[in-house]
Amino acid sequence: MRASLFITCYNDTLFPETGRAVVTLLERLGVEVEFRPAQTCCGQMHANTGFRGEAFSLAKQFVRLYADAKAVVIPSSSCVAMIRDQYPALIDELGNQDLRRDFDALLPRVHEFSEFVVDVLQVENVGAYFPHRVTYHASCHGLRALELGDRPFRLLKNVEGLDLAPLDHLDRCCGFGGTFSVKNAEVSSAMMTAKLQDVLATRAEFCTALDNSCLMHLGGAMHREFAAMRTIHMAQILASTREHPAEVL
Amino acid sequence: MIHPVLDPKLAPPFPKAALPVLRNPQLRKNVAHATDVITSKRGRLVAEKDDWQALRDAASALRAHVLENLGTYLEQFEERCTAAGGVVHWAADAAEAREIILNILRDENASEVIKIKTMTSAEIQLNPFLAQNGIEPHETDLAEIILQLGKDEPSHIVVPALHVNRSQVRDIFARTMHLPDLSDNPQELTAAARTYLRKKFLTVPTAISGANFLIAETGGVSVVESEGNGRMCLTLPRTMITLAGIEKVIPRYRDLEIMLQVLARSATGERMNPYTSLWTGVTKGDGPQRFHVVLLDNGRSDILQRERERQTLKCIRCAACMNACPVYRQTGGHAYGSVYPGPIGAILTPQLMKMEYAQSLPYASSLCGACYEVCPVKINIPEVLIDLRAKVTDQERNEERRFFDPLYLGMRMANKVFASAGRFQAAQRMMRIGLKPLTGKDGWIRSLPAYGARWTMTRDLRGVPQQSFREWWTSRANGKAKP
Repeated sequence: MRASLFITCYNDTLFPETGRAVVTLLERLGVEVEFRPAQTCCGQMHANTGFRGEAFSLAKQFVRLYADAKAVVIPSSSCVAMIRDQYPALIDELGNQDLRRDFDALLPRVHEFSEFVVDVLQVENVGAYFPHRVTYHASCHGLRALELGDRPFRLLKNVEGLDLAPLDHLDRCCGFGGTFSVKNAEVSSAMMTAKLQDVLATRAEFCTALDNSCLMHLGGAMHREFAAMRTIHMAQILASTREHPAEVL
Repeated sequence: MIHPVLDPKLAPPFPKAALPVLRNPQLRKNVAHATDVITSKRGRLVAEKDDWQALRDAASALRAHVLENLGTYLEQFEERCTAAGGVVHWAADAAEAREIILNILRDENASEVIKIKTMTSAEIQLNPFLAQNGIEPHETDLAEIILQLGKDEPSHIVVPALHVNRSQVRDIFARTMHLPDLSDNPQELTAAARTYLRKKFLTVPTAISGANFLIAETGGVSVVESEGNGRMCLTLPRTMITLAGIEKVIPRYRDLEIMLQVLARSATGERMNPYTSLWTGVTKGDGPQRFHVVLLDNGRSDILQRERERQTLKCIRCAACMNACPVYRQTGGHAYGSVYPGPIGAILTPQLMKMEYAQSLPYASSLCGACYEVCPVKINIPEVLIDLRAKVTDQERNEERRFFDPLYLGMRMANKVFASAGRFQAAQRMMRIGLKPLTGKDGWIRSLPAYGARWTMTRDLRGVPQQSFREWWTSRANGKAKP
């Protein structure tokens, strides 16, 4: 099995440990991972802020870059949702039929990270060891746009030593929302405070998710509040073993 | 509290309008409590229907079908309503609708009018217009009375006074009804309102209603409500005026079967709403003897022209989207500066205003999708929000003052950077170097300048790591290459 990792722009820049964990885990599961350095950004930030033309140019770049990939794995549910839900309309409006054909052929090979592990590799026990109390934040795009369902829970339940703490109001947004967090900074902060109350009430050591954008938001608030909890991408938990524990920052 | 303005032409943009609410803990508590109660009731009632998703599909298909054939059904409605003794008026915009209603009221020599809650009348700012013209409007919905007497504005379309609690209601009633000894016992409060209302019902001969549905097949109108005050308005007066958006039509009487099921469950978490009134034209000796329907366009035909936005008009005003919306839960309705608040307001209002005002509303969402998930007629609100954002951007981007706007500047620059991996990698390095002086010993940034300050207001930001993923990948590949 050969898979191409689309690391996404902010994971590449701000959360490289997520990418390293994805590579470690997939290689452990027998996947030959490739990385195409020409990649940059899926265009979600532009699309969701109303910059449609800019988003389209990045969509085109993505489709061209991965047209021949066997599988594309993306450790960010919101970027996958961008590709699945918004690319078709963008391409229909601003692109041409050739691009649409290439996109339609590529789409079934684009997978969110947990989808790839559970559905494509058909593995639920990845042989991980992470002896900590962990709560899972279902990011809105993972929950609603991708309908990841119980895949993340199935993966976490099979991690040795992990104590899974249930989170109240699992379906409620953390308030990040991309540029929403700065355009409506005050409302975003109010939503974050509400979310943080639920997250901290779990008394977990770590809050995990399949999207570093929510974690950047929640983790930033935890650090500001001197909270005794940290955020960690699920790929890091799944990559963690007794011999090579997760790099916890 | 600052008096809320529900007119997008006058209201401040959403981020600004949200501030007084965010600083009002009592109001936020009231909104969070009320939306929690309704959401959990709705969840229970929806869960007991095995065929809920099928019902949603049916309701959605029905509403979509109506919009595809709106002209046909409206003409049918007009014909059947007229045949039953009603008078149908067509209003192209708010001003025309107000004039039509004023002329009818003048013909009736009305100095007062009783009203059963109608969003459409709020949309056309009818009450202040009538008052200016010497006609006093009296709301009869309990929540609307609270607001009218308290000189407040609705903050929700089904539970307009959800931001007000019991003791606040007591204070308003005690002051305006001159009942100093009134307690905050709900029964006592209701009794006070009932006494106040009885007098209006028995003395005011002219009424204005909205419509939940217009039935093309029969020419009839339906209003659903919880208190029975609407039914009083619909039966006691001599003259009845119904104001309805043109999208409110449904083809057949039997379509109510689907619509009433999804509406009641979504709106208030009930199997059936307590009062469903249906009336068709006039009946000699029974009920109002003169009946007018004002069909309001006010921007709706324009929305209908646009393929993706058209779904906005499927809305049946159940308000499930606002109860589910995490933004609305923090701000309540007043922050939207619009008669239609919450997610549906964020897409409906800018379109009704033809994108001339309310441009901040499409951004008043984190795009979490909770609104789409609960919508009984499956309006993909996030999709429309994103579309409208693109419209706002297209409209603004050529304005001179946007040239140095940090958001526009940033977005244009980011796009150039993302267009090439080389430029992206250079930008990563520049970001790492640039943010270094702002990064603390623990690797975190506590304060960013300029636009970034809006992030660090409440959150820290992790500093840029020493090695990007792509740099790690390259170094690893080089390491592997060595023997």
